[in-house]
Amino acid sequence: MHGFANPKRFLALAKWLTPLLLVSGIVLSAIGLAWGVLNVPPDRLMGDTVRILFIHVPAAWLGMGGWTAIAISSLVFLVWKHPLASLAARAAALPGAVFTAVCLATGSIWGRPTWGTWWVWDGRLTSMLVLLFLYFGYMALAQAVAREGGSSRIPAIFGLVGAINIPIINRSVVWWNSLHQPPSITMGKSAIDPVFLWPLLIAVVGFSLLFGGIVLARMRALLADIQADARLRRKALGNEIA
Amino acid sequence: MKAKHQRLVLIVIAVIALIAAGLLAAYALRNQASYFYVPTQMVEEPPAVGQAVRLGGMVQAGSLQTLADGVTVAFVVGDGDNTVPVRFTGILPDLFVEDSGVVAEGRLGPDGVFVADNLLAKHDENYVPRELEEMTEHQRAKVVAEAEAEAAQ
Repeated sequence: MHGFANPKRFLALAKWLTPLLLVSGIVLSAIGLAWGVLNVPPDRLMGDTVRILFIHVPAAWLGMGGWTAIAISSLVFLVWKHPLASLAARAAALPGAVFTAVCLATGSIWGRPTWGTWWVWDGRLTSMLVLLFLYFGYMALAQAVAREGGSSRIPAIFGLVGAINIPIINRSVVWWNSLHQPPSITMGKSAIDPVFLWPLLIAVVGFSLLFGGIVLARMRALLADIQADARLRRKALGNEIA
Repeated sequence: MKAKHQRLVLIVIAVIALIAAGLLAAYALRNQASYFYVPTQMVEEPPAVGQAVRLGGMVQAGSLQTLADGVTVAFVVGDGDNTVPVRFTGILPDLFVEDSGVVAEGRLGPDGVFVADNLLAKHDENYVPRELEEMTEHQRAKVVAEAEAEAAQ
């Protein structure tokens, strides 16, 4: 567990893993999206609108995946005091928020022709909007702690508490009658025809790799920031003494 | 016990308590947080006449008819056990067809007919391309078998 607590070892690994994840993520996402948008037959009821599926579902998956990453990193930070874990949580927040926003926007665009409305306050849509606000709160808190100083435990606790929303989003369409459809893919069974399923899976894998690459890149940037800060501080101290 | 383990146990207990609290809250909300009534609920505990509610269910096959004025439609919404007749005046959403899900916003009239001000079409979890939908089961099996034979060669 503490093998990668050493920033040097982490940086050596991240240096080659970051471009690998970014490039493979972009390639797979492009293949999945192009396949889904250009080369898939129209759905029996929704027609061409079904193509939004290939961006909406991966975005939703990573919106929730982002907070799951924050929660796990927060747990590791709180229990093992792993210094990189709190950085990982901070790095995952912005891409997670962006994917959540993309999910909400594409869902709204999809809802207009399909349901006949841009937005309804049903369980799934509302809990997803709450997730976006949780991201905003987390980012503000983490930034305040980093800038003004304070215990990194505060955002970590917020990250863990906020995780309660994830199973609620996941189960919202099962527990409550909602306008949003119930899950199409459950325990190895799929109600999505294979012609739609394959490009969807490729897009999901591609988006996930891209997400991993973005988080690693942001962690490297945060580490570089901290190092630059420390160097400046040392310099300032050295000047005072001299 | 090491401090590390103490923290782990403490946090795990806290998280379990939190999840339990969240699940209890969600369970208590299960009726209030539902976006619509299903016909059985509407028949068993009907809302007050004139109270704004939503009714959701399947449009019964063969029940959809356009009334004499040409812009009002009448249909029956069912959930397998009970049914509620619905009337709606206005433009229907694209996905509104018989045998598919619908959410009607409106109020229950004194005559037991649900008068909708707005209709929302509900999409189910199935995604099927148009070509396959129009084929019969037999044709579909044949196409799949041909594709498999081709792949095997």
